[in-house]
Amino acid sequence: MTHVIEFIVFLPLLAALAILVGAPARPTALAAAFVGLITVLVVAFQFNPDHEVVGGFAYQFTSSLPVLLDAKGNAVLSLAFGLDGMSLVMVLLTALVLPAAILVSPPESGIKGNPRLYYLSSLLIAAGALGAFCSTDLFFFYAFHELALIPTFLMIGMFGHGANRVKTAWTITLYLGAGSLVLLGGLVALFYASGGTTFDISEMVQQAKIIGPAESDRWVYLVLLIGFGSLVSLFPFHTWAARAYAEAPTPTAMLHAGVLKKFGLYGLLRIAQPMLPDGAEAWQNLVLVLLLGNILFVGYSTIAQKRLDLMLGNSSVMHMGFIFLGVASANVIGAHGAVMLMFAHGISIALLFALCGGLRERFGSTDMAEIGGGLATKMPRFGIIFAMAAFASIGLPGFANFASEILVFFGAFEPMQKSGATTLGPLQWTCVLALWGVVISAVYMLRAFRRLFNGPVRVGAPDCADLTPAEQVPLVLLLGVLLLVGFVPGLLLKYLTPSLELFSTLGR
Amino acid sequence: MPAYYLEIIVVLLGLAVLTFDAVGRVEDKRSLAGLGVLGLVVVFFLLFKTSKPADPGSVFWKFYATDSLALFFKGIAILTTIVVLLMANDFIPVLQRFGPPVEAKAHSQSGFAEFVALPLFLCAGLMWMASANHLVSIFVSLELVTVTFYVLVAYLRRHELSLEAGVKYLILGALSTGLLVYGLAWLYGATGALDLSSIEKALSATENPLPALFALAFILAAMAFKVGALPTAFWIPDVYQGAPTPVTALLAVGSKSAGFIVLMRLMTPFLKSELLSGKVVAVLAIMAVATLLYGNFAALLQTNVKRLLGYSSISHAGFLVLALASAPSHGGALETPATTVAFYLASYAITALLACLVLSIVSAARHGDDLDSFRGLGKASPFLALLMLLSMASMAGVPLTIGFWGKFFVFQQAVFSRLWLPLGVAVIGAAAGFYYYFRLIFSMYLETATGADGNPLGKDTLTKIGAGSRIAMILLALAIIGFGFFPGSILALLR
Repeated sequence: MTHVIEFIVFLPLLAALAILVGAPARPTALAAAFVGLITVLVVAFQFNPDHEVVGGFAYQFTSSLPVLLDAKGNAVLSLAFGLDGMSLVMVLLTALVLPAAILVSPPESGIKGNPRLYYLSSLLIAAGALGAFCSTDLFFFYAFHELALIPTFLMIGMFGHGANRVKTAWTITLYLGAGSLVLLGGLVALFYASGGTTFDISEMVQQAKIIGPAESDRWVYLVLLIGFGSLVSLFPFHTWAARAYAEAPTPTAMLHAGVLKKFGLYGLLRIAQPMLPDGAEAWQNLVLVLLLGNILFVGYSTIAQKRLDLMLGNSSVMHMGFIFLGVASANVIGAHGAVMLMFAHGISIALLFALCGGLRERFGSTDMAEIGGGLATKMPRFGIIFAMAAFASIGLPGFANFASEILVFFGAFEPMQKSGATTLGPLQWTCVLALWGVVISAVYMLRAFRRLFNGPVRVGAPDCADLTPAEQVPLVLLLGVLLLVGFVPGLLLKYLTPSLELFSTLGR
Repeated sequence: MPAYYLEIIVVLLGLAVLTFDAVGRVEDKRSLAGLGVLGLVVVFFLLFKTSKPADPGSVFWKFYATDSLALFFKGIAILTTIVVLLMANDFIPVLQRFGPPVEAKAHSQSGFAEFVALPLFLCAGLMWMASANHLVSIFVSLELVTVTFYVLVAYLRRHELSLEAGVKYLILGALSTGLLVYGLAWLYGATGALDLSSIEKALSATENPLPALFALAFILAAMAFKVGALPTAFWIPDVYQGAPTPVTALLAVGSKSAGFIVLMRLMTPFLKSELLSGKVVAVLAIMAVATLLYGNFAALLQTNVKRLLGYSSISHAGFLVLALASAPSHGGALETPATTVAFYLASYAITALLACLVLSIVSAARHGDDLDSFRGLGKASPFLALLMLLSMASMAGVPLTIGFWGKFFVFQQAVFSRLWLPLGVAVIGAAAGFYYYFRLIFSMYLETATGADGNPLGKDTLTKIGAGSRIAMILLALAIIGFGFFPGSILALLR
């Protein structure tokens, strides 16, 4: 089991290489995705939740290959992998979304353009996410994320929907490219702030504690916040996201909105908060204002959307606000909530984008007025799954999203209980306002459901078939996970607790 | 075996090619290039068998250095020439169209043997430059290279652009030679020595910095011409565009890397002198900023791929000069400036050679080297498009490619030397690079090109790639990714 993480990370890369040199695209991609899923599940069962925590990190299945040595022969930089609870949950998310994304991809004959490139890009995006989540070395953590940049550009530009797709591809690439450069600057500054001897994340956290926070570290946190924030579509750096997801091909939207985007939040939780707790505290109020921008400003514009894909794109931006609330509260409960919500949101948005892709395939459009109503009578199974996905996204009890959001909200109030304060602080007021976001989600999700599935069938609407059993597989897979985690959140929480204990020493 | 045997072998190889052509009645002259490639491969492996000089104090070794840096740059020169010869093989149709006029009775490939032999002589010059540590040997080896380039750049003598490039290169090259000699003469006058170690001693003892600085100005201007940095980089786009593509590759990679090691050796005495180093660093930092701004921003507007590569080569020179400027105060950085420069040049060589290989095939098949010629390449030849994608990603410095590490080491040198303004310009330049390198990717994958018959343009000619070029391209692509994961294996060669 020592090299199992390498296997998980490099399997999609090898599959992409195989497709490149001529292996049949769809079967290879499917095989890689499912073998990966099974491996990750085995790892999850083998994972020891009570593993000893060293310096806040309890990496298991570690392996390391030195890449760059300093003059004394110490490894400055290594191709190092390992899993702790937090990364395990993110890897599970990736491993679950990837097979679903491959399954909803059109068959090779139905792809206009080069089908190899289509499947290969999906695999590369997933490999980038897996590599980033599994890396225990800051450099490769960053580098693997960059791996996904070019495939995303090509997928949206070549296989996207709508006449503006090329412009959209440029926008997302330049936006994320610039965000990554800012991030790189922040990470290099962090490297020097923590002593400048190693890129190993857990060692850097140790050294940051020993060396102590300097005044300049606050600015480093701000740079990291902008860098990570623009990758996660934090308000006001969110303008690339909705349009990109609306115009991206379905698997890309699923993988990017569901998995890859979480990289920024993961980075904040894994790197910025533990290493720069004072910076996090100094900028907490700024984060709170920005996340309300995500929840309220973007929330209201979500209600106004007339196209389902744009609505989902906006809603995915909006929900980032809740995760940011968990990150900003910087305590154990809030961090649990943030990671759980990353997982739950990732699964539910992937499910919704898959459904949206199904509608686009059937009607050639995602304009809700054009599709008309009454689909539930013609496509009952589609309607049921859509309704469940919408409920999950709103955060109704029984779905993973509820279990996570409730933790985020409790996390925001935890400092009050700890200090015995009786008046609400900024964090708590933000939480109260953020609760309004749940109502906003309910408004747009239920309105969309009503306009699409209820009411009379539009006159002249094309005939359309309900979901075939084959189409149901990826949807039921994702929905099942949402329900399972919704009823038994302990399944994931037990992994998280040791790795997030770190936050008990950070929060106020 | 002493290292200078290698240069001798390469010169003999060039003579052998000419002799075989003259006496051997070679039917297909591509075998001459094959001979050259084989010979160079042997020389490359002999590189690892060279021995240290037995008596390093003797006069000869004042002319000629055999440190690991010299051997490393010799390796770059040999690999570059190998790839250039492979490119020359695929270039025969263009030579037949634009090359020296063929008389009725002559061989249809006449003129090709010289196109193989000249790069070999040039390679010997580049290898010598890597070892030159004496003002005389620096000058002579540089001239060997430059004079050979005069011939090669204008080789397509029935092609206007090539002739124009030849004239421009000749005039500006002659000017830079003049500047260099003048600068070297002043340096000799200021120090009374010709070999660099004595110059270093003299400069650290000098009390009057003016003559040395005057020499420095001329030397820098002349060397900037060779490496493609401002203030004398304006020839690059025109000459790159006009020269035959294999020669462009040789100019971009061979001439630049050999120029940089000479520049590095010439700057070392200045940088080590306490009196001078501050001023030298300031001059180099200004050079770096100007070069980065010019190269990157002019590249944004280019529509011709060869010109684009030209401007990109200027911008890479900017990064390299920045690394040189951070030389005196690098304490604590991961790598020394010399290692950084050497690594960057190796990464640039691998990346640019791959780009030139693809470019020469595409431009031969589609009769043009504009961005438009790359339209729809992703469909017409997925293989070439993917290689170009890799090369552009490495040029832009996308992580997990070798190009990223080059930039990474340079940035970290600059951080340690606290050259904040040049560093900021370099970051902006790198960001601009993302745009213009991605534009090529964009053309290849997101635009379509169709000929009159509705088929992707030049599909059949694109698939006819020589086996040698094909292997070279695959190896270069693997190197980009492999060293992207493990840059340490290149650095190990330099320790």
